[in-house]
Formats: sequence, C-alpha cells, structure tokens
Amino acid sequence: MHLSKLLWKNAFRHRLRTSLTILGITIAILSFGMLRTVISAWYAGVDASSASRLVTRNAISLIFSLPISYKDRFRQIDGVQAISSGNWFGGIYIDEKNFFPNFAVEMENYLKLYPEFVLSPEQVAAASRDRKGCVVGRKLAERFGWKIGDSIILKGTIFPGDWEFVLRGIYRGRDKTVDETQMFFNWEYLNETMLKTVPRRANQVGFYMVGVTNPNRAAEVALAIDRTFKNSLAETLTETEKAFQLGFISMTEAIVIAIQLVSFVVIIIIMAVVANTMAMTARERIGEYAVFKTLGFRGYHIAGLIFGESLVITMTGCVLGIVLTYPAAKAFGSTLSNYFPIFNVATSTIYLDVAAALLVGIVAAVFPTWRAVTIRIADGLRRIG
Amino acid sequence: MNQTKPPIVRIRNLSKSYRRGSQIIPVLEDITFDIPDGEFLALMGPSGSGKSTLLNLLAGIDSADTGSILINGVEITTLAETELARWRSLHVGFIFQFYNLIPVLTAFENVELPLLLTRLSRQERRAHVETALRVVGLADRMDHYPAQLSGGQQQRVAIARAVVTDPTILVADEPTGDLDRYSAGEILDLMDRLNRESGKTIIMVTHDPRAAEKAHVIRYLEKGELSDASQ
Ligand SMILES: Nc1ncnc2c1ncn2[C@@H]1O[C@H](COP(=O)(O)OP(=O)(O)OP(=O)(O)O)[C@@H](O)[C@H]1O
Ligand SMILES: [Mg+2]
Repeated sequence: MHLSKLLWKNAFRHRLRTSLTILGITIAILSFGMLRTVISAWYAGVDASSASRLVTRNAISLIFSLPISYKDRFRQIDGVQAISSGNWFGGIYIDEKNFFPNFAVEMENYLKLYPEFVLSPEQVAAASRDRKGCVVGRKLAERFGWKIGDSIILKGTIFPGDWEFVLRGIYRGRDKTVDETQMFFNWEYLNETMLKTVPRRANQVGFYMVGVTNPNRAAEVALAIDRTFKNSLAETLTETEKAFQLGFISMTEAIVIAIQLVSFVVIIIIMAVVANTMAMTARERIGEYAVFKTLGFRGYHIAGLIFGESLVITMTGCVLGIVLTYPAAKAFGSTLSNYFPIFNVATSTIYLDVAAALLVGIVAAVFPTWRAVTIRIADGLRRIG
Repeated sequence: MNQTKPPIVRIRNLSKSYRRGSQIIPVLEDITFDIPDGEFLALMGPSGSGKSTLLNLLAGIDSADTGSILINGVEITTLAETELARWRSLHVGFIFQFYNLIPVLTAFENVELPLLLTRLSRQERRAHVETALRVVGLADRMDHYPAQLSGGQQQRVAIARAVVTDPTILVADEPTGDLDRYSAGEILDLMDRLNRESGKTIIMVTHDPRAAEKAHVIRYLEKGELSDASQ
C-alpha cells in the first residue's frame, strides 16, 4: 500500500458530501469556462485580424465617408502593397433578428486581402463579373439554406430600398478563428444606384482596407497615409485592423469587465464551498491525524493527505467541468451564432480552468492542514471516543 | 535485588501541569520511578489523576514541564519534534482504548501503516504484517475493514499494528475499557503472551482490577503522586 491510496479512500468516505462538492466544482468550472469563452468570443474579431492590414477611415468619425478618388493616391505611398475599399451596408434579411454583417466592397481586391477566406478563383471571378453578385460565409449560407445561384433580397437601412443579390460564391474559414457569417457584394452596384438616386452619396466609401508589404512597418505606413491626406477635404485616420476592432469593443468594455468579474466571483464562491467541505472533513479526522502522528508520521505526511484529498476532489470536478464545457460551448455557440460568430473554447481557457481548480484545492486545504499539523497529539487523541 | 539489567524506562523528577486560563493545574508532581526491561506494569488510579498524561509523556506524544525520561538510554525530553516522531515510530507501540484504526483501510493496511515509514520492501512489509496478524490470531481477517470486525477483533488488529515494528515498549491506555468481559480477557491474554513470550515491556493504564491482575506490578497514581503497591 502507498499512502496516496488513502487520498481516494478519504475523498469518497462521505459519498454524498463529496459528490455534491464535486458537482459544485463541475458547475463552477463549466460556468467559468463559458464566461471566459464569451469574453474571447468578444475579442474574436481582434484576434482574427491580421497585422499586415490597416484600416483607413474618416478622421472625424466612422459615420463619415471618404472619396473613392483617394484610391490612386494610396498606391503611391511607400509600403502599401494592396488596397481595397468598402462600405458597411447594414442591410436586413427579411427580419431584423436575422442580423449578419454585410458590406459593399471592391470584391476582387478585397478578397485578395483576406487569404483566410477560402474560395475558388472561379467563384471570385463569377461574383465580381455579376453586377449583383455576392459572396457569403459558409455558416451564413447554411443558416438560411442558400445555394449558389440563389437570389437574396436585403432591405437597406443606411441605403434605402430593396436590394437584390445573386449568390455567386461561398467562402470557408482557413481555421476556426475566421468569421464565416459575413456577406460581401460589389460596391459598383451600390454606387451605380446612388448615382441615380442620391448623387451626393455616390463615389464615397466607408473605409479603405490597406495591405502593407511589411507588417513591422505598419505604424510607419499608417502615418504616411494620414500625412498624405492631411489638409484634404476629408482627413483620414489609419490604424491597424486590430486597433480598429478594439475600438468597437471598447464601447462594450464595461460588459466585458463585468463578465470577467463574475467569472472570478464564481471561483471565489466555489473556493468557500470546498474550504467548508475540507474544514468539516478535517475536523472529523483530527483524531485520525493524531493517530498518524503517534505512529511517527510527520506534518508533511498529514499535509500531503489533506492537500491530496482536496485536490482529488477539485480536480475531479475540474475534469468533469472541462469535459462538459465543449458540448455546452457548442450548444451555446450555435444558439447565439448571430452575436458570436466565433465561439470556440480556447486552450488558454482550459489552462485557466486547471489553474483555478488547483488554486481552489490548495486554498481549501490550507486551514485544515494548519490545524491538523499544529494540534498537539494528546489533544487530537482526546477528540476520539 | 537483581542489578544485572538497567531499567528500560528511567523517570526522574517528572512534573507536568496544564494551564487553564490564568489557573495552573498540576497533574504530575515530581514523579520518579524505573521500569525494568520485560516488565508488565499496570497503572491505576482515579479518573483525572494523570494516568493518560504520564503514559503520553513516556510514549513521547506530550512534553513534560521538568524532569527526565530516559528510555533505553535515550533522553526523550530533549528530542526535537522531528527526532521524537522518528523515535516513536521505532520504539513505541501504542494501544488505544478506542482502537483508533483507520476505517477506510483493511486490517492488513492498518497494520502496514507504521511500516510505511521504514525502508522495508513491499514483500518484507507483507511478511511482517502477516506475522503480526497471525500472532493476534487474525490471519484470516486481513482483508476485513474495521467496521466488519468486532470490538475485540479491532483491538487485536490495533495490537498487531503496535507490535509490527517490534518496538522497545508497548503502552496501552485502557485497552479493555471499551470491551465486554470476554473480549477483554482475550486482549489481556494476548498482552500477557506478548510479555512472556516476546519479552515486551508493557505499560498499561487501566481501571479494571482483573486487567491489573495480569500485570506483574501495579502502581497507583493519585493527586499527582505515584505509590508503589506491588505484590
Ligand atoms: N489539554 C489539557 N488541558 C487542560 N487540562 C488537561 C488537559 N489534558 C488533561 N488535563 C487535565 O489533567 C488531568 C489528568 O488528565 P488525564 O487524562 O491524564 O487523567 P486520567 O488519569 O487518564 O483520567 P481517566 O482515568 O479519566 O482517563 C485532568 O484533570 C484533566 O482534566
Ligand atoms: Mg485517561
């Protein structure tokens, strides 16, 4: 026999109590994991953004546009490799609850800037050839059952009217971090219509997407761009795609912080629960630990027994919690895919789960261990009978 | 007087008091006595007279205020906690009133417990445990858990645990205190046999006159003082 055998035996001496404690830890780790996943889903756009892409927008605000005529001047700036432009279209498919991001873009160049969107060159060509052609992500197509050749009608919000598109391409993400719920159509289609209906809104783009030759020089290039358009009619603000995405999130930062706080509170609560279980257990066994000490076992043996038992309980709960996090995240992610296009359990979340469970197990064992180790043997023995 | 063998336990001017708030309660006062090797000593006296306290002191699980305890040449009152723990594991076998077996371990595992602190191999440990359980007559109950054994059987497992390391002294605090007449008789016979056949020195606290009868010497502890009342 090895003393470690006692850890398991001790842990399951009170089946019900231990099971309930483990259940609590499982739920805590599950909630913790889900909350962390929500947070990383929030930042998914940021994480997915490329370091070699810059976004240029109107310096005053995102709601002001830039003239399409800027495009050629971009090409002359040192370090700019590729350039495309687009508008947030904000169209609604049948009903507002069907929300998904849709953009009017300069199709071929835009898709070239996004190598993480995987689709055949034939589909890209077909989409840009057809004035009303559009490309959507795989998840979006699946969600509404769209097939190549289908006609899709969006109700414009920023650009009024009913807009008809024809699905010409479906992209897949290169990996799991790529958003597969977006829609892109030809900016020319939007612009032609604007020219006819609201000419003052024509020849305008919401943003330029810039590919840089060397990501390490991105900051420099961004400055060069903004300098180029200084004192123009519309001055520009250029930042990395990451900073641009972060700008969106900062608006909702308070919510993210609240979720973060809740995730830690969950861990603190379960810490109290496990500490209580361990304190109860160790109090009942104080006599037994005195017997161990009488036999010549040392403080570190006793500490090993108590810490070990605590960790057996917390790590069992932790493993169950982690195992359940995956299906839970999957279910959660598919229900809320409109809001969180990317909802994957990150490896770092699992590490955090394990770290949290270890912390709980250790903290819960500290006080009982201290008591069991420091109590005089004679006093401990007196507790029996 | 036979002076050939030095005493195995030599206690000099031993005192111990407890503090309860500001009050100091003397329990043992200036106790001096010897226990020869191979002795079977019964310690009697009224409740609260300090029998358990004295036993704990010479088993090295409690510390005296003043005085000396020399056991087999080792002055245990000056040992540091670590050394004392090691000394206990090698030299003392403890038998408790309530057996104090670990309920989640089998009889075999309970007896094996003190051997985990030794350098013995698995096979050697097994051999020792089996021998000890055979001595107490429970070789056929090795895989039983304490709850599956009677009180008398549990105490016999506890005795096997106490002797499995072949300690210098065996101390027992009311070993029959929780047992019926018959089981108590069995336990006393077992202790008697260990004393006679293996020459184990036994110091036993008891309230039971029949238990005391098995001993060679009875000493009474009263009001902190020890009186010799041997036959
Ligand atoms: N930790 C302690 N704190 C304060 N007083 C104590 C402590 N331990 C023992 N005492 C007191 O010391 C005295 C002797 O106790 P001890 O347990 O040695 O008696 P005993 O002779 O074994 O009694 P019994 O026959 O009832 O077991 C008692 O008055 C007891 O109340
Ligand atoms: Mg007593």
